[in-house]
Amino acid sequence: MIQLIVLLPLLAAAIAGLGNKALGKLPAKIVTTGALFVACAMSWMIFIPFVTGQAEASVTPLFTWIESGSFDAQWALRVDTMTAVMLVVITSVSSLVHLYSWGYMDEEPDQPRFFAYLSLFTFAMLMLVTANNLLQMFFGWEGVGLASYLLIGFWFRKPSANAAAIKAFVVNRVGDLGFMMGIFGTYLVFNTISIPEILEAAPSMAGSTIGFLGHRFDTMTVLCLLLFVGAMGKSAQLGLHTWLPDAMEGPTPVSALIHAATMVTAGVFMVCRLSPMFETSPTALGFVTFIGAATCLFAATVGTVQTDIKRVIAYSTCSQLGYMFFAAGVGAYGAAMFHLFTHAFFKALLFLGAGSVIHAMHHEQDMRYYGGLRKSIPITFWTMTLGTLAITGVGIPLVGVGFAGFYSKDGILEAAFAAGGAGVGAYYVGVFAALLTSFYSWRLVFLTFFGKPRWAASEHIQHALHDAHGHDDHDTHGHGSEHDNAPAQEDAGDEPHAHGAAAHALPTGTGGYHPHESGLVMLIPLVVLSLGAVFAGFVFHDQFIGAEGGMEFWKGALAFNSHLMHAAHEVPTWVKFGPFTVMAIGLLIAWLSYIKNTDWPQRFVATFGALYQVLLNKWYFDELYHFLFVKPAFAIGRFFWKFGDVGFIDRFGPNGLAALVVQGNKITRRIQSGYLYTYALVMLIGLAAAATWAMTR
Amino acid sequence: MDGFPILSLMMAVPMAGAIACLFAGANSARWIALIATLVDLLLGIMLWANFDQAGTAAQWQFQEYAPIFGRFAWALGIDGIALMLIVLTVFLMPICIGASWQAIQKRVGEYMAAFLFMEVLMIGVFTAQDIYLFYVMFEAGLIPMYLIIGIWGGADRIYASYKFFLYTLLGSVLMLIAMMWMVHEAGTTEIPALMAYNFAPGAQTWLFLAFFASFAVKMPMWPVHTWLPDAHVQAPTAGSVILAGVLLKMGGYGFIRFSLPMFPEASAQLAWLVWGLSMVAVVYTSLVALVQSDMKKLIAYSSVAHMAIVTVGLFAFNQAGIEGAMMVMLGHGLVSGALFLCVGVIYDRLHTREISRYGGLSINMPKYAVLFLLFTMASVGLPGTSNFVGEFLSLMGIYQASSWVALVCTTGIILGAAYMLYLYRRIAYGEQVNADAAAMPDLSMREIALLAPIAAAVLWMGVYPESFLAPMRSDIRALEARLAPAAPAGDSHIKMGASKPAGGATHEEASAHGEAH
Repeated sequence: MIQLIVLLPLLAAAIAGLGNKALGKLPAKIVTTGALFVACAMSWMIFIPFVTGQAEASVTPLFTWIESGSFDAQWALRVDTMTAVMLVVITSVSSLVHLYSWGYMDEEPDQPRFFAYLSLFTFAMLMLVTANNLLQMFFGWEGVGLASYLLIGFWFRKPSANAAAIKAFVVNRVGDLGFMMGIFGTYLVFNTISIPEILEAAPSMAGSTIGFLGHRFDTMTVLCLLLFVGAMGKSAQLGLHTWLPDAMEGPTPVSALIHAATMVTAGVFMVCRLSPMFETSPTALGFVTFIGAATCLFAATVGTVQTDIKRVIAYSTCSQLGYMFFAAGVGAYGAAMFHLFTHAFFKALLFLGAGSVIHAMHHEQDMRYYGGLRKSIPITFWTMTLGTLAITGVGIPLVGVGFAGFYSKDGILEAAFAAGGAGVGAYYVGVFAALLTSFYSWRLVFLTFFGKPRWAASEHIQHALHDAHGHDDHDTHGHGSEHDNAPAQEDAGDEPHAHGAAAHALPTGTGGYHPHESGLVMLIPLVVLSLGAVFAGFVFHDQFIGAEGGMEFWKGALAFNSHLMHAAHEVPTWVKFGPFTVMAIGLLIAWLSYIKNTDWPQRFVATFGALYQVLLNKWYFDELYHFLFVKPAFAIGRFFWKFGDVGFIDRFGPNGLAALVVQGNKITRRIQSGYLYTYALVMLIGLAAAATWAMTR
Repeated sequence: MDGFPILSLMMAVPMAGAIACLFAGANSARWIALIATLVDLLLGIMLWANFDQAGTAAQWQFQEYAPIFGRFAWALGIDGIALMLIVLTVFLMPICIGASWQAIQKRVGEYMAAFLFMEVLMIGVFTAQDIYLFYVMFEAGLIPMYLIIGIWGGADRIYASYKFFLYTLLGSVLMLIAMMWMVHEAGTTEIPALMAYNFAPGAQTWLFLAFFASFAVKMPMWPVHTWLPDAHVQAPTAGSVILAGVLLKMGGYGFIRFSLPMFPEASAQLAWLVWGLSMVAVVYTSLVALVQSDMKKLIAYSSVAHMAIVTVGLFAFNQAGIEGAMMVMLGHGLVSGALFLCVGVIYDRLHTREISRYGGLSINMPKYAVLFLLFTMASVGLPGTSNFVGEFLSLMGIYQASSWVALVCTTGIILGAAYMLYLYRRIAYGEQVNADAAAMPDLSMREIALLAPIAAAVLWMGVYPESFLAPMRSDIRALEARLAPAAPAGDSHIKMGASKPAGGATHEEASAHGEAH
């Protein structure tokens, strides 16, 4: 069964991708979506026995991949609790995203390619989570990177989409450098890359030291940090996060699947999968905690001022991944995986909801041009509200009933506090980030669905109205019908708007535009995902993070710390109320700023202009990297070429030699008239003859 | 197959074809060349099928021996390493002929003869068991290449061919002198015997440097690489394919056949030189590739970076590194060959190599865009493609010798991604800014027939490299054993913590592992 789950998406991708135009849109969609729904059904069939505790971990060998000396990498499919969790996350979200794309990508002429990429991505992600050795994990790792590159750059005519695609791939490669070095080191130390064997041998290497780059370090710290660099790249953690917001250039269903629910969580999955290894290095875990908490806070601050609806959610994703990492860093791997699980549902829901809004608003992505949409698109409004309730962690402390995020996020925060040490710091950072999360999430809802419509000023809306009223003009503009997929493309929303993002400076009014609710194929995934956002926490919390339930559920698939989970339940009451309180405060501030006193944002910008600019420009990471890496790379490359190769090596090497020859022998004409090759030939024959003479004498 | 001179036959077929081509008209020359190379491909497949790759099998198989005069003998024979390079050669040759089908219109007979003659010599290089026979084949193999660049090349072909000549001449003179000394010292011209001969350590250093001069140029290693971009740019498409695909592998083959087994001590002592030059090459040429505006130059510079991975793998002195180096050679042979074909496809249509003259080709040439993407990704070393297997093993091998070298060379995966994706973006993505590029038709059946087999081989080698690793395994193990006494210790030196005396057993194992490799 697991073979089918993994290979069906690959097969579907091959059929849709290679068939492409010859196959046609509908068959391509049916094949890929059908394959995913079948895989999804089978994944749940694998997952449920793990929940009830009847299933055992298994490894299905396929065939040899790379063998070299004692190095042995096999293709194999591992299924244990962690894999089972990931299987349902990946196939469920992926099949719903496939279905949603029927509606969202309807205007797109190049649909088979899109669906082929989506299925290819799913295959690579499944290979990643079923890996039994580090190399197959790396295969999936790079495979999802490829799919991400292709999907971000799906609208390949757009320069911004191409730039974002390359950025995503190259920044991920920086992380992959760490991952590869980590695999090399792990093989050197353990003489194997099989994950179970490494995890078994890891404790015996604790405390040993290794020479690395000319210095001596703790062995396990070196290995874990190298591997974690890979996780930072894929999961967009602080320093290597810059690609994720730009990845929003891709179609919105892609953002939901790859850049929210699955691919970006691969780093968390890796750390949890290798948790017995990380457990042997407190230094590495401390670093993971620090990076996680820092990302969590950083991304949340940036999320509060973005005006592009997708970018707000992208920064939110980045921030939530930070939560997962610091959960892993304090040893609460179960909580990290739980948040990964619930987050997949509510974040995919928020992205698909945003897609539905964008669809209704004729590809306008700037929230400043939204407003008052709750009556026009009620189902989108209600499902997104459920998603927001989930992400902000609404629930009743002590009683323990709430939305999905309430269980998982509060679980992380309580575990962090219970872990003590750096965990307490992480708790405070996490609580503050939860305040920001609540603020930016409700800000999104209020700006989009409440208040008065501000649609009239939007170019996209005007374009829509123009199109609707003047079909005759359409052709005179020279928009060739099949070449014009511009309306299907999304706005970059990239440029920080110099005139300030104060939404309410814009004129209100509908401009005569009537947004329509999306069709059923788009609404069904929203409704299904809202069920996940509402119930995923309540139903599964005991298995994922329960002190006893967790032991039985995980069965050693990750380093489950039962004591920590016990302690997490015993934290002081104020610790449990912390997240709830800040959630309420965040909601209140958002309500005050965007519904009650709509001039507050402007006043904030006026008062704290510098802070606002820093946040709006994402703490200037892109500018810094451009200045530090991109520009020098091109400049140094040009220098090496012009002054190294041409100006030095050639000048003093062959050209210099030639000049000597030319002057000395006056054979200029020969060279210029093309006889040199004859000359060369004669010389070589002479050499061969000399050699023959030398050895036969 | 006992006693059947299949190796000589594999050289005789293209030789006969070459002579026939000289006297045939243009069209018949094309067909003669195609048939001769296809027959050789079949013979190559038979050779592979009949090669005994069991660990107990003889190292040298299909041996032939016929004295010519003096010590000079027609001595042929192959091991698994040579076998794989021969298979690569015979696989690429029919594709080269197909790529020249329409692109070459002047002096077709001579052109085809030059190609077939080159095939003879390349097979000769990989099969020669007599050191002088090797030398003759090795140096003569460049003559048809001079002719191909010099006669059928681009505007600056004379400059390129003479640069090519100057570089290679210098190295080969030194190598010849070294060979003569070795034969005198060891009293034999047989390569297998020389591989087992222990030269005095002092002499080894000089011999190593003399061979290094030749192989480093052929490789090419930084800083003697500047002939390659010019040669590629000026060569016709098929010339570039064979240059990148096979001729560059002669340097690597030289290292693996001569430098490492014949001078193990010197190789170990001078490994720092190879590592240093390779590290510079990876970073330097990758950055240079990033700023190229000429497609062929970009791919040529990327070849130098890839070949640096080969040299670090070889000089890792362990099985993973050497097997990885061989896999990079094979993978790069396919992928860079395919990339030059891809350049050739659009060059044939627009007659320019300027990247900026293209753009948006995904729109009018979707099939081309898919294949080009596959080869781009293979060049970037995406897992599942041929190059990943080699790069991974090479870098893993060198990590066991030096973590610094591994780190610097692994940055190649970042820089490689940057320059290849930047190239792909400028050619295949974006709007169609140039009307003539936008009007280009998609791949013809002939072009698909050239590229599809390479694509299949690239994926095969990436997903199931065992087919290619198995024949070489015992030979490389033997080489590793030969190198083991001299191999430099790694820089890892794992020491167990004092608090864990129980881990002592692992300690023994781990440190032995680190040093033995």
